[in-house]
Amino acid sequence: MSEAFDVAIVGAGPAGISAACILAQRGVKTIVLERGEYAGAKNMFGGVLYGYDLARILPDFKERNCPIERNIVESRIWYLWQEGGYSISYRDRAFAEERRLNAFTVGRARFDRWYAEQAKQLGALVVGATVVTDLLKDAAGRVVGVRTDRPAGDLAAQVVLLADGVNSPLAVHAGIRPEPRPVDIALAVKEVIDLPEEVIDERFNVGIDQGITTEILGSTTWGMNGVAFLYTNRHSISLGIGANLADLARERVKPYEMLESFKAHPMVAPLIEGGKSKEYLAHWLPEGGYETIPQLYGDGYLIAGDSAMLFNALHREGSNLAMTSGRLAAETILQAIEKGDFSRMGLQSYGERLRQTYVLPDMQKYRRFPAFLEKHQELFNKVPELTGLAAREMLTVNGVSKKKKQRKIWQTIRGKMSLLELMRLAWEGWRSVK
Amino acid sequence: MTVKIEDKLFLDRFKVDDESHLKIVDGAICMTQCGEQPCLYICPANVYKLEKDRISVSYEGCLECGSCRIGCPHLNIEWRFPRGGYGVRHKFG
Repeated sequence: MSEAFDVAIVGAGPAGISAACILAQRGVKTIVLERGEYAGAKNMFGGVLYGYDLARILPDFKERNCPIERNIVESRIWYLWQEGGYSISYRDRAFAEERRLNAFTVGRARFDRWYAEQAKQLGALVVGATVVTDLLKDAAGRVVGVRTDRPAGDLAAQVVLLADGVNSPLAVHAGIRPEPRPVDIALAVKEVIDLPEEVIDERFNVGIDQGITTEILGSTTWGMNGVAFLYTNRHSISLGIGANLADLARERVKPYEMLESFKAHPMVAPLIEGGKSKEYLAHWLPEGGYETIPQLYGDGYLIAGDSAMLFNALHREGSNLAMTSGRLAAETILQAIEKGDFSRMGLQSYGERLRQTYVLPDMQKYRRFPAFLEKHQELFNKVPELTGLAAREMLTVNGVSKKKKQRKIWQTIRGKMSLLELMRLAWEGWRSVK
Repeated sequence: MTVKIEDKLFLDRFKVDDESHLKIVDGAICMTQCGEQPCLYICPANVYKLEKDRISVSYEGCLECGSCRIGCPHLNIEWRFPRGGYGVRHKFG
């Protein structure tokens, strides 16, 4: 591998392959290095991709037989305590018709492999089973290539794009990004549970090829800052739970025990009953938000996707930010090739491009959100039970007047939380997302 | 609730390398200076187990998340990715 490339991309995920597609289409000599045996072998996420961002890279992704599991027509949000919970959901005809494939589920082992195949067809070289262990730098500190774990595995490139995911010892080692702090990371575990296609259609009240997403908050994460999810695939359900890594360490919780108790919740168990687990996975989510985004480019390199900590924790969007940041990195590189300038100055329009799209504005809008969740753990311990008990009381018909019930509920709440605490929760919550 | 992690890892496919990609740098630190030992809890594959006089490392079932590396209060775990093509191989992802 002593060949020289215009662009070396580390990682064949949504960010890296998006960039490779754009570059290869324009005849740029591009190599993608993937540590898994095939693209997708190491990748996992909750399960949702977004058509808008993918279509900016491959407008004909449907005709190219993108391996879509189900088109999302309904989004549910649950707020749970141990005994039950609140559910709010929104379904819209438009998402089944003219806005079809706004969001859809995929399995990453199949999708990433398919996506990498498209990049290959467009002319990029995608090489698996290769770990990039270091960046090559010249005497002035400019990045001029990558070192891999293959024999004689140094590879020269005009510019390197790091798209190697949230867990990137490479970015840390090369001084491009600090190691994330446990408080900036959520560790999620997920199971894929097989169920017949018709059973899923019936249980979730959806038509053929249609699916739902459920985001779940509350006491499911055992009082820790975290979130659970349940997404429908064609003939399986993706079900997972994640919590802040610092919380998990402090509370001495084993993530898979939390997962198992989540599966047994009265609102979850009936949905997966009779299903057979076929895979168990674990992955980080970069939840630190805007403040943890590193310098996004420098002499001879750019960084995109999860490795750049681009993740919208409130809206559970990440794969789209990865695709779009990968595309914008590629467009920046095209401009740099034209000017023959791969210095930090030559690549600085990347930051501008990210600011002109939704990527950085969304990150900035919710910059206070991670700190809000970290500070207000009552959202995960006290509040779920209090609100659950309130609903249980109001819905129980037992001859007690509603006024008396309300007084009892209010007394219970005030026994656990002061008025000031409640007001601070509401005010700071609003401020963190406004 | 006790969950057998072996049953979950049994669902996964691994290509196991002969050599571990995870190494405890100084085993004495774990036993004498680390009260919390979070590696015993946070690891989603239960790679780290407390033995009589040390913490053992069953790297074979590692899901490569990186949590032990940044979660170790003494940064006492030398962590690298398995060699190219080795380690966990997702079927669905």
